[in-house]
Amino acid sequence: MAIITMREAISQALWEEMERDPKVFIMGEEVGVWGGTYAVTKGFLDHFGAERVRDTPIAEAAIIGSAIGAAMAGMRPVAELMTMNFAFSAMDHIVNQAAKIHYMFGGQMKVPLVIRAPGGGGRQLAATHSQTPDALFAHFPGLKVVAPGTPEDAKGLLKAAIRSDDPILYIENATVYQQRGEVPDGDYTTPIGKSKVQREGKDVTLVTYSKMVPYSMKAADELAKEGIDVEIVDLRSLRPLDMGPVIESFKHTNRAVIAEEGWKSFGVGAEVTARIYEEAFDYVDAPIQRVAQKEVPLPYNRHLEQLALPQVEDIIKAVKEVMR
Amino acid sequence: MEKQDYLELYHQMVLIRRLEETAAELYQKGDIGGFLHLYIGQEAVSTGILAARQEQDRVITAYRDHGVALNAGLPVNLIMAELLGKETGVSKGRGGSMHMADVSKNFWGGHAIVGAHIPIAAGLALADKMEKRDGVTICMFGEGATNIGYFHEGVNLAKAWELPVLWVCENNHYGMGTPPSKASAVSEIIQKACGYGMPAYDVDGMDVMAVKNMVADRLAEIRKGSGPQFLEVLTYRFRGHSMGDPERYRTKEEVKKFIENGPIDRYHKFLTEQKIASEKELTELQKKADKQIEEAVKFAEESPEPADDTLFDNIYVEDLEGGA
Repeated sequence: MAIITMREAISQALWEEMERDPKVFIMGEEVGVWGGTYAVTKGFLDHFGAERVRDTPIAEAAIIGSAIGAAMAGMRPVAELMTMNFAFSAMDHIVNQAAKIHYMFGGQMKVPLVIRAPGGGGRQLAATHSQTPDALFAHFPGLKVVAPGTPEDAKGLLKAAIRSDDPILYIENATVYQQRGEVPDGDYTTPIGKSKVQREGKDVTLVTYSKMVPYSMKAADELAKEGIDVEIVDLRSLRPLDMGPVIESFKHTNRAVIAEEGWKSFGVGAEVTARIYEEAFDYVDAPIQRVAQKEVPLPYNRHLEQLALPQVEDIIKAVKEVMR
Repeated sequence: MEKQDYLELYHQMVLIRRLEETAAELYQKGDIGGFLHLYIGQEAVSTGILAARQEQDRVITAYRDHGVALNAGLPVNLIMAELLGKETGVSKGRGGSMHMADVSKNFWGGHAIVGAHIPIAAGLALADKMEKRDGVTICMFGEGATNIGYFHEGVNLAKAWELPVLWVCENNHYGMGTPPSKASAVSEIIQKACGYGMPAYDVDGMDVMAVKNMVADRLAEIRKGSGPQFLEVLTYRFRGHSMGDPERYRTKEEVKKFIENGPIDRYHKFLTEQKIASEKELTELQKKADKQIEEAVKFAEESPEPADDTLFDNIYVEDLEGGA
């Protein structure tokens, strides 16, 4: 086991998959000469060459559209969107093309495409560059959406996504590239569509994913000091959504909090809450609580931005509320 | 060209005409649902293009795709079955009129979002270039599609990366009911290609031999490494945009003028005047087409509906334990 950052985990996954399969290639804005705007692909151009590390125009529909075409024709592109917010410029290609082509043509075409997209707020980029629209993309059957919360899963999920024959949106969070964690040695993959208990506990089920995983870990550490034993279930994939470990946990805790960085309305928390009520209503001992971003376009001002984003303290407060 | 090749072009155009006339009837009876866009009047375009392509050349088009599908070699029975939404259809009844494809015939659809397949075509060509195959991707679209962003992103990328694509603009004079004079910055679509540094040509799309010869020349040059080229094909649709078209945007006289000089009549005249074929031989081909369509309708009507338990088939390539 080595301890590495999220950035290193993603970078290693890309590197290893490109070494393993010559059909894997990277395309996106500044992935080559620049080395990636978040330095994820630093050194790739020199090693793999410009054919497989392709700098693209600033044209997201062209990036995703051509990646879809290349995937249909047998390549395994990893298309990088500089930020998740730019996915809106490629919305048709993500939801109307990538997610539909396999089904709509009766299964004869495959789109083995990975779209990497860092999202999230907290970097004072104001409203257009700070969103967490994960739930939006998880709405569409035909697309798979994964969002790792630890370096181990970041590496394993990306490797699994690259090897998958389905189109996958791989959501990163730009504020946690420096988060460190243990990763297994050697080649491994993390299954897509499988939730995981990241911390065992008996009092309350805390369902979360992505950046809110480390936040939830901190909250659980604090709560443990007060004698509250939190179980953390990391969804890891939003579509397909694996409710198994969530329901199993809930059946012994009877209390749940869902923490996400995106807006609360129509969000991941809404979906998970509804499913718990549908699948385990008899086990409910307290109203389920949701922790999410306040319903506002994120402001530039540092203080206001942090006020709008979910914090560790918000998770602690919500857990205490369901424990009342 | 052998006599048989000349006759085959005639047969294909007549077969498209009969297919479309029959589809219109079936639509009015309620046997075909959704939208139906007929290719009547434009038969010489795809017939000429497909006659010039080689097996390794990919073809991708927009939603007015029945004729292209036939020319690409898709069996008429399976096309008709798709129109009727049957399991035996080319897209298993999941795509319908606008989404026909057959990868085994190198025909990549049938795409219904205007212009969205243009960057996808660039990607198909990118794969061929990266894999050092000598196929050219032939991408067809209407003149209306040249006003949408996907067109500009797609053709720009193709030139920036020197991808082997033949862009074919089928200018049938109206984007639904709006002519280029109202919707396009330039009335000659060919001018748009100049902005992207591509060699650009135009051809009379009502003359199947002219289209075939022009496309053969273009493909030969692209195959030799010319980079992408642009071809504007001037044509006209005799029927409405779709079956629900009030046709307030053009006069009956205008339509009549084009019908009188229609592609099938012109080719018919050419074949008899040049003594390539006799009236009798051409009548035989018409009868053959009638019979094929009759059999196709029978095949489609007798084909099974997709079974209820196949509803979720092919959402993903990889089966999901946790559901979609």
